[in-house]
Amino acid sequence: MLKILRTRFKQGCRTMLFPKAKAPALPSRYRGRPIIAGQGDSIDLGKISFSPDSGIAYSNDPQMATSKREDLIISKERELVLARALNDKMLRIFGRSLKLRQVSAGGCNACESDINVLNTPVWDLSRFGIQFVASPRHADGIVVTGPITRNMHEALLKTYEATPDPKIVIAVGSCAISGGIFSESPQCSKGLNAIIPVDLFIPGCPPHPLTTLDGLLRLLDRL
Amino acid sequence: MELFNGGQISLSNIPALAVEEFRGHVLNRCHEDARLVNLFGALEPNGQVRLFAILGQDEEAELEILSTFIPPQAPQYQSLTKDLLQAHLFEREIAEQWAITPAGHPWLKPLRYHSNYRSAADIWNNIAHKTIPGEYPFYAVASEEAHEVGVGPVHAGIIEPGHFRFQCHGEAIMHLEIQLGYQHRGIEPLMAGPDLKRSMLLSESIAGDTSIGHSTAFCEVVESLTGCAISARAQAIRAVALELERLANHIGDLGALGMDAGFLPTSAYFGRMRGDYLNLLLSLTGNRFGKGLSRPGGVLFDIDAKMADDLCSKLKKYREEFQDVSDLLFTRPSVLARFEGVGTISLKDAKEIGLVGPAGRASQLECDVRMNYSSGMWQYHHVPISLGATGDVYARALVRRQEVVRSLEFLLRILSSLPAGEIFVQPGPMKPDTLGASMVEGWRGEIMHVGITNSIGGFARYKIKDPSFHNWFGLAYAMRGQEISDFPLCNKSFNLSYCGHDL
Repeated sequence: MLKILRTRFKQGCRTMLFPKAKAPALPSRYRGRPIIAGQGDSIDLGKISFSPDSGIAYSNDPQMATSKREDLIISKERELVLARALNDKMLRIFGRSLKLRQVSAGGCNACESDINVLNTPVWDLSRFGIQFVASPRHADGIVVTGPITRNMHEALLKTYEATPDPKIVIAVGSCAISGGIFSESPQCSKGLNAIIPVDLFIPGCPPHPLTTLDGLLRLLDRL
Repeated sequence: MELFNGGQISLSNIPALAVEEFRGHVLNRCHEDARLVNLFGALEPNGQVRLFAILGQDEEAELEILSTFIPPQAPQYQSLTKDLLQAHLFEREIAEQWAITPAGHPWLKPLRYHSNYRSAADIWNNIAHKTIPGEYPFYAVASEEAHEVGVGPVHAGIIEPGHFRFQCHGEAIMHLEIQLGYQHRGIEPLMAGPDLKRSMLLSESIAGDTSIGHSTAFCEVVESLTGCAISARAQAIRAVALELERLANHIGDLGALGMDAGFLPTSAYFGRMRGDYLNLLLSLTGNRFGKGLSRPGGVLFDIDAKMADDLCSKLKKYREEFQDVSDLLFTRPSVLARFEGVGTISLKDAKEIGLVGPAGRASQLECDVRMNYSSGMWQYHHVPISLGATGDVYARALVRRQEVVRSLEFLLRILSSLPAGEIFVQPGPMKPDTLGASMVEGWRGEIMHVGITNSIGGFARYKIKDPSFHNWFGLAYAMRGQEISDFPLCNKSFNLSYCGHDL
């Protein structure tokens, strides 16, 4: 018992102050929101894999989640429109308690891992009333990762149908948003919003936990 | 014919045996001291399927490669599995990918439910039209007192999908069948596409938690086929990233094991500490999983003196924290009572199944690519193999703890003496009609990538083997005779990859 208390004392409180204080700065090599080089260039944040040698320059800004698929396509003329809050009715229902069911549909476990990280003490997602639950029947919405493989298509639809209305759908990662690097595979689909309506798109490969948290908080009108 | 880790061999130099001879040789060698490292098919321009077997003699650090041809008009051979359990999944994969029947295979079911790669009739007739589990039976026990428990594909946590079918008598598990394939993305044919840049990105997403392991293996295959020698500095940086990946995952696993044993303090601390290592990868590579670091020819990000110092001082601090928290975990009687004697696999069974990685080492199997088939940095800096003695959940946890300590030592050693040199050299074209192979000790165990080029130096076939491919059967086997409530704990102690298996 003493040992547990001693370790507890040594570990201290690690939960970040964000969103009350500024989010922790990310390292300079971190590849966040792309920088548009010139007129006429356009980048689809829902398609790219944020690789360092793709010819795209990246900023250090993790905020990238949007409410609409077309908002992810940015250019000099079209700046990124970050996600909007749910409507008042939905906010009344979900604003202070949002239960989500995660469905991995071909995800490589990078997106899944970095969603899981939000439950660690540093991020402590439950302080916002957001929680991942075990059953779609207990959920207010689903979070989908992966390029939605042929073999997961049916299980995904069943999970969606098992979630009671009203519900929200969140697509996390390039694969779920557009099929990503798997979009040409006959075993995968070309994006979640062609299958079910999506309320929040969180791009990245995988999205940094800050990108995901930022998107969730915007959706709940907490930012 | 001998093959080296990271080496290449002309296709015409690979011995081609008659099917019976091939079968006999593989069985003989594997019943002596070798192990089936890989067994896969590749389509020849004339429509034949060439089966390759790669046998490993871990103690002598030797890989042997041999092949045989299966003609399209008689797509059948005598199954190896009935005499060699290690071949079980490999043969099911061959049957599915190439529509070749391993006659006498004891449990010939599809693995991933896709149509075959040579446009012939599938050996199962409903494969491409039904979703899993199709119309195939699960192994079943018939008795009034027995019952069946089905779990998945969508699980309770934030994890990947798979279906588990338990045959139980009361609480006791008589048999567990694991049905995967839900994550199948068709990655092998995509990897063999004409655009190497895309294949590179794909390799980083074979299993996102093993991005470094798989992308390193891919780069080494291309480097072996192009004859490109990367600098010692690039090798060192890859090794740093691979060990950081191992640290993050092993520590995460220890946290998850504590959680499933019902001890929450360590799961919270380890969960956070895992993030520390992911953040180190982020500062090094710009991605928390190390995507974007390795490219054929070297690495894209350097570690300068300041970063090396910074990494060293952080790692020293993390090492202290780790010792503290793991002491807490490994001295709790309630935790040890849950860990000990659960899901035990004996050395004999581990050998027979062909376990690799920490799961194999927990059963005293001395398998570690870093030592047995050392390449790159591991030729100069040795990491001793961490062995467990008991083959149970406790041993699998203990091996991870030891490996964390040893990885940290290794990192502190190489970060303080990074070799000089360019971090990247441009590789030339790939040799035509050649096979290149690479093995990497990922955090789950032995990763092997094999690339085979066609007559114009593009990929004709790309074969990926994730360590989970060897170990899923081990998990199923470990559950026999255990209580069903032990499954989550035992599952965590293996923590295998779904997408690494499903490809």
